[in-house]
Amino acid sequence: MKQLSLQSLAPWGIPVLVMVLWQILGQYGLISNQVLPTPSEVLKAAIQLTEKGELLSFIQASTGRAFLGFLIGGSIGFTLGILNGLSRIAEKLTDSSIQMIRNIPHLAMIPLVILWFGIGEEAKVFLVSLGVFFPVYLNTFHGMRSVDPGLIEMGKVYGLRGWKLFWQVILPGALSSILVGIRYALGIMWLTLIVAETISADSGIGYMAMNAREFMQMDVVVLSILLYALLGKLSDWIASLMERKWLQWHHHYRKTIMN
Amino acid sequence: MSTDKGLDLSIRSVTKHFGQLQVLKGIDLEIEPGEFVAIVGRSGCGKSTLLRLIAGLEEPTDGEILIDNQKINGVHKEIRVLFQDARLLPWKKVLDNVRIGVRSGSIEIAREALQEVGLADRAEAWPSVLSGGQKQRVALARALAGKPKLLLLDEPLGALDALTRIKMQSLIEKLWREQKFTSLLVTHDVTEAVTLADRIIMIEEGRVALDLRVPLPRPRERNSHFLQLEKVILSKLLVEENDHIDSRQNQVI
Repeated sequence: MKQLSLQSLAPWGIPVLVMVLWQILGQYGLISNQVLPTPSEVLKAAIQLTEKGELLSFIQASTGRAFLGFLIGGSIGFTLGILNGLSRIAEKLTDSSIQMIRNIPHLAMIPLVILWFGIGEEAKVFLVSLGVFFPVYLNTFHGMRSVDPGLIEMGKVYGLRGWKLFWQVILPGALSSILVGIRYALGIMWLTLIVAETISADSGIGYMAMNAREFMQMDVVVLSILLYALLGKLSDWIASLMERKWLQWHHHYRKTIMN
Repeated sequence: MSTDKGLDLSIRSVTKHFGQLQVLKGIDLEIEPGEFVAIVGRSGCGKSTLLRLIAGLEEPTDGEILIDNQKINGVHKEIRVLFQDARLLPWKKVLDNVRIGVRSGSIEIAREALQEVGLADRAEAWPSVLSGGQKQRVALARALAGKPKLLLLDEPLGALDALTRIKMQSLIEKLWREQKFTSLLVTHDVTEAVTLADRIIMIEEGRVALDLRVPLPRPRERNSHFLQLEKVILSKLLVEENDHIDSRQNQVI
């Protein structure tokens, strides 16, 4: 039992150590306040902003955008990946166009997107959707194509066809690759949102950081960076939960050796 | 011999080409209901292709395959295949894998089938923790859970160690005698063929080169009759092999 809790705490060892070191160095003036405020100052800023009610609403704004964009881009990518994985005709029609668009860095679209949508919500949701679409599409498509043909053949011999074959054999076979895509897409999601919010926004964490920069509020700037790190970690944790739930048959994700 | 269980199989001048390559050059075979037939031959002789044609996984280029006097059209619902690799779905537990073979989806029937192969206690295990022999037994349970009337075995024991193989052979023989389905076993192991089959067919260069009855009583012992029969088949295989090499050398010269 003791070992177990020690093991679950272990990943937090380094972040905590860095915090402590940072606090000590800042407190004794080894790191200037102008360069980096101490963790306690950042914490104070967080408390103040929470009391004003700003922090929570900014976090909400950012997470809302991120997940809406993820939902839109992810579901389009997933659907197209499945479709192209199942049908050669669909693949012929769409795959090479998708590959062409994929090679444009989606952040290069920012000027165009601002002209299209202004600095409103749509611009950011659009950018996140675009960024998330490709990793989900590519990995879903790849997963569909790498399902063991022997298993599909077995399914046919056992009378599995159409929907049943898809649900019982093809989709589970593609799932580990799809989840890799989702995990990767979650990273892209935050990255895109940070850039988009920093350039143009009237709410959200990125807006908070840019605002604070104008008033030289170092503590708030650092706070927003830490928030992004925490939110990123949170979404990664959600992804790993999905992996553990859906891929428990996979030896890589099994916690114990025996079931 | 019971005729109410197994399927009658009749193969009439079947050929199969893959592009330029002629794999089967005219096969004629009559297999009676409930018969256990082994097909032997060198690798690449076309024996697995023949099995895939009967399973409905490929279509013959020419000729026809009749099952109970009906021409086959795709996968037949009374036929099950045991592949060389067990082909269990890794994301389903053992019992759910067996359940794929049950037409009604009944979990009780799946459990019974698992019991038959002696793996009832592994029902809730993931396939990845099973040994090769256990996986193949689960695959056998899955195949038999649907009460097939024709079982096609495509070198199902090729990847197993000698001891496991012997156990599997007697398990297959026992279940075949109980359930009386027609069996067609493709193997390159002559001993296995003599142990299990009523009749041994050798395919060579895409044709039937030998059709031999095995008149030994079951369960078979490795007595002098057994060994003699084994020797006959082996020597025939080896002669064909040498001829094959000779003809190739002649071509080169």
